[in-house]
Amino acid sequence: MGFGPVSPEPNEPYFHAEWEKRALGLTLSCGAFGAWNIDESRHARENIPPATYLSASYYEIWIRALETLLERHGFASRTEVDGGHRAFEPAVPKRVLTADLVAGVLARGGPCDRPLESTPLFKPGDRVRTINSNPETHTRLPRYARAKTGTIEAVQGSFVFPDANAHGHGENPQWVYTVVFNGEEIWGQGADPTLMVSIDAWESYLERL
Amino acid sequence: MEHHHDDHDHHGHHHDNRYSDMQARVRALETVLSEKGLIDPAAIDAIVETYETKIGPRNGARVVAKAWSDPEFRAWLAADATAAIASLGFTGRQGEHMRAVFNTPETHNLVVCTLCSCYPWAVLGLPPVWYKAPAYRSRAVIDPRGVLAEFGLVLAEEKKIRIWDSTAELRYLVIPERPAGTEGMNEETLSTLVSRDAMIGTALAGAAT
Repeated sequence: MGFGPVSPEPNEPYFHAEWEKRALGLTLSCGAFGAWNIDESRHARENIPPATYLSASYYEIWIRALETLLERHGFASRTEVDGGHRAFEPAVPKRVLTADLVAGVLARGGPCDRPLESTPLFKPGDRVRTINSNPETHTRLPRYARAKTGTIEAVQGSFVFPDANAHGHGENPQWVYTVVFNGEEIWGQGADPTLMVSIDAWESYLERL
Repeated sequence: MEHHHDDHDHHGHHHDNRYSDMQARVRALETVLSEKGLIDPAAIDAIVETYETKIGPRNGARVVAKAWSDPEFRAWLAADATAAIASLGFTGRQGEHMRAVFNTPETHNLVVCTLCSCYPWAVLGLPPVWYKAPAYRSRAVIDPRGVLAEFGLVLAEEKKIRIWDSTAELRYLVIPERPAGTEGMNEETLSTLVSRDAMIGTALAGAAT
């Protein structure tokens, strides 16, 4: 089915090549510039052409997206990387991640919860339907879970809204809910009768049933 | 991929060889960014060292072992996983908003990120390749029993399966069932029974030996 069997690698190493280590470190180092957020970064990865995306290793996806972000924000161009040397003065980052800052930055992470004065529209047990929406822009409502009926299981707090934040439209926090669906609601005939699937959905992904 | 000048490849057949291609590409990117003063190569070393030696599945295994041994901690983990896990010193990047989900005799939990590769780095470290690859990401939500069988895990037919698709910023840690015959074991010994896969849901906790 689909992409074939999962092939777990026994005793898998953390990295499969030296460049993967550098790719991880470069991605995190450039994230520290403060020029883009995690949502814009995810969107850059999603926008890699599908055939390339599906045949690339995950760190290759990271590097391709990183090059897009560096170019978009004026730090480095693909032409420079092709040539292997700097050709123009870069934009000024908010910070450069030096070795002494690494432990603190990793330990702090990037919390995405934000206070919200409004009260949640939904409560556990409410029946909801996810919206049917197919934007060209970033969204975190997976395609398989659009226009499906489910039940609110938990109110998880209020979080930055990626659909806006990915495109420079601000954080616009919303309530996030865990919504549970029966396998049959999502997959229809022949679905595993013991299957329940949940997503974490921002409030504007949901309509009361 | 576009042509670039790869004078580091001595094998002469590098154009469809993703490994050597990426090796050169990432090296060039690191050079350009270093020349521009945007990155500190020593920071990259520090990031890699952190995820090779400090942050990995042993962290999560300690959480699980404590949850098995200490009912108060288990209750705290269920109510506020982020705080309970932070009390053991595990915080930060991709562990900012934690949720613990508990396997029971009735229900088996399995975690996936169908949209990208969201994963609880603070407790499990870097995700394995299969977790980030299309086969797992697409099939875990529709054919979890088939996926689990590829890991050698066959669940009873009547067991309910709950898939947690990490579509928002919550990161899920599966707390497997405590194996039989482990009464009286201390937390350190118990933690050796907990594999990374058991905390994703693609395995059970190991049997006592």
